[in-house]
Amino acid sequence: MLRAVFLPAVLAAISVAGAVWAEGFGDAKAGARVFTKCKGCHEIGQGARDRIGPHLNGIFGRRAAAHEGYAYSKSMARAGNDGLIWTAETLGAYVENPRALVSKTRMSFRGLKDAQDRADLLAFLRDYSDNPADVPEAEPTARATDHDVDPAILALKGDAEYGEYLSSECLTCHQQDGSAEGIPSITRWPTEDFVVAMHAYKRKLRPHPVMQMMAGRLNDEEIAALAAYFKDLE
Amino acid sequence: MTLNRRIFLGTGAAAAATLGAPAVLADGHGKPRVVVIGGGAGGATAARYIAKDSKGGVDVTLIEPSRTYFTCFFSNLYLGGFKEIDDLGHTYGTLAAKYGINVVHDWAVDVDRDAKTVSLAGGAQLPYDKLILSPGIDFVEGAVDGWSLAAQNAMPHAYKGGSQTELLKAQVAAMPEGGTFAMVAPPNPFRCPPGPYERISMVAHTLKATNPTAKIIVADPKEKFSKMSLFQEGWANHYEGMIDWIGADFGGGAVSVDPAAMTVSIDGEETKVDVCNVIPAMKAGRIAEMAGVTEGNWAPVNAADMSSKADPDVHVLGDASQQGDMPKSGFSANSQAKVCANAVRGALTGSKVFPAKFSNTCWSLIDTNDGVKVGATYEATEEKIAKVDGFISATGESSDLRRATYEESEGWYAGITADMFG
Ligand SMILES: Cc1cc2nc3c(=O)[nH]c(=O)nc-3n(C[C@H](O)[C@H](O)[C@H](O)COP(=O)(O)OP(=O)(O)OC[C@H]3O[C@@H](n4cnc5c(N)ncnc54)[C@H](O)[C@@H]3O)c2cc1C
Repeated sequence: MLRAVFLPAVLAAISVAGAVWAEGFGDAKAGARVFTKCKGCHEIGQGARDRIGPHLNGIFGRRAAAHEGYAYSKSMARAGNDGLIWTAETLGAYVENPRALVSKTRMSFRGLKDAQDRADLLAFLRDYSDNPADVPEAEPTARATDHDVDPAILALKGDAEYGEYLSSECLTCHQQDGSAEGIPSITRWPTEDFVVAMHAYKRKLRPHPVMQMMAGRLNDEEIAALAAYFKDLE
Repeated sequence: MTLNRRIFLGTGAAAAATLGAPAVLADGHGKPRVVVIGGGAGGATAARYIAKDSKGGVDVTLIEPSRTYFTCFFSNLYLGGFKEIDDLGHTYGTLAAKYGINVVHDWAVDVDRDAKTVSLAGGAQLPYDKLILSPGIDFVEGAVDGWSLAAQNAMPHAYKGGSQTELLKAQVAAMPEGGTFAMVAPPNPFRCPPGPYERISMVAHTLKATNPTAKIIVADPKEKFSKMSLFQEGWANHYEGMIDWIGADFGGGAVSVDPAAMTVSIDGEETKVDVCNVIPAMKAGRIAEMAGVTEGNWAPVNAADMSSKADPDVHVLGDASQQGDMPKSGFSANSQAKVCANAVRGALTGSKVFPAKFSNTCWSLIDTNDGVKVGATYEATEEKIAKVDGFISATGESSDLRRATYEESEGWYAGITADMFG
């Protein structure tokens, strides 16, 4: 009873704060720190490439799913067709709660709840957007490869048929259509990112106990096979 | 053993290819036929994978009396008010329309393993090349003194999905202020080892909001149970003083009930209760026994392909099987079904058979955003499905982690039901 009365008030407070900040930009330096949460999947800056997620140079003012060469989820493509343009407001809402804006996005991110963090992040992203021709001279800030893997392992060519069989074990939790509800999407990742992530679990560098266990008993060929299979899953 | 098989099957595939006849075992009647009894976690998954991966090369018939399958998994969350009953219901339309599975809504009433046929209550006889049994559980008669199936309205088990769960929820809602909810917990082995204790948590969650002076007593024939320290920590944190768990050491196994008088007697002490959830000892679904593949209460299987120890053309999945170390869970049944589907398809069409891998994770919800989990991976040995590695949530975890664990369970539910029903 108490909860029912209490909740709407809290929600109202949150959305007011959200509205104020969604319009504004914070501090880009602080935003660079916030961006570490995005780095696992996104690159930005000179030489940035598409990884698990698209690179984020020039994001402001662009239509959703409009960056060529990146395979967006159906849901994101639909949002783009429906006219979603990335502005401070829409991008703010998206990073606050990705699935609230694009229900079956493949972006597996819980969202930035803190309004200041969002404002700072937007300021950081804008620095790479205002003059796309003049992207700041810097190393790409992100390398998805946060854990080194032996190049020989990365070079393995996976057997997608074997991967299909092995994938049945993944699909008890991860959705085949790439949607993410509490469990990340694993479809259509670049194989290198997939392999790196799985080896990081296998070596217990990434923390999740279920994934450590599942990856722990897959050998190098099996991980390559899964990467090959999931890469092209429609 | 596994290696020999793979070599053998490979040869079979080559032979089939040269003859241009993929149906290696079809005995001259066209496409090979698989009959699956039971459209639950094991059966629906096996039917879907065989149909999907053989791309029409195998005739798959799924026999299931219910038109809507209500999952037992997450049924406790329904008791706690976190889910609606409709969230738990799944139908078979996609399995029929998209995968070409012949879905027959009827009961299998007999299996003739010599003639290789299944009889249905409606009178039909279905021939099979491979039979897959995943009938879930039935209850051991006379397991709880004073209780029988005839008393399931007065004292529901709610251990099969659907109406029983709704009945139990209605009874909890109708409890008088300060009333008593009793549970008679089952002995090992039973479906969903953390299930009774997650249920206690969810009933407590409901009562705390609607009837905070109510009491819960649990009579348990075991001395310990799955995720015990996690549940006990959670009960102390969220529901202090509400739950009285009486284990075997304190007479929890010496129980009788009187459904007419609504009394429960524990170790000689009789209590009048308002709701009594009796979860009796379990055995394989009766059709397994009628097929003659059970030994004692369960159906022993070979770990490599889930085939019955009594008959290589009959496979038993999920709760009904006696396979070794895996807990009886929906996750396990789904995992076993995929290993079985791969082996059955290989035997019937000559497709490649890959080595068996099994896994399980069971999530439980203790209170709002307080989720915990336990899981393990398994491999097939000559003797059984053997545990390789495992993990369990720790006591004292942060509330953020517990919340993430709960959200993960929601993802799992969406994943496994899509994997079962397409
Ligand atoms: C309260 C509760 C909570 C649970 N929570 C979880 C959980 O969180 N996670 C988890 O993994 N597991 C959970 N489980 C366990 C899970 O529900 C079972 O382990 C799983 O359903 C077993 O799958 P199965 O295929 O063996 O049987 P079932 O899923 O029960 O399917 C058997 C099917 O066979 C049909 N059938 C039976 N006899 C015949 C016949 N003669 N002819 C035709 N059809 C027949 C039945 O109608 C039924 O649909 C829970 C169980 C309970 C009771």
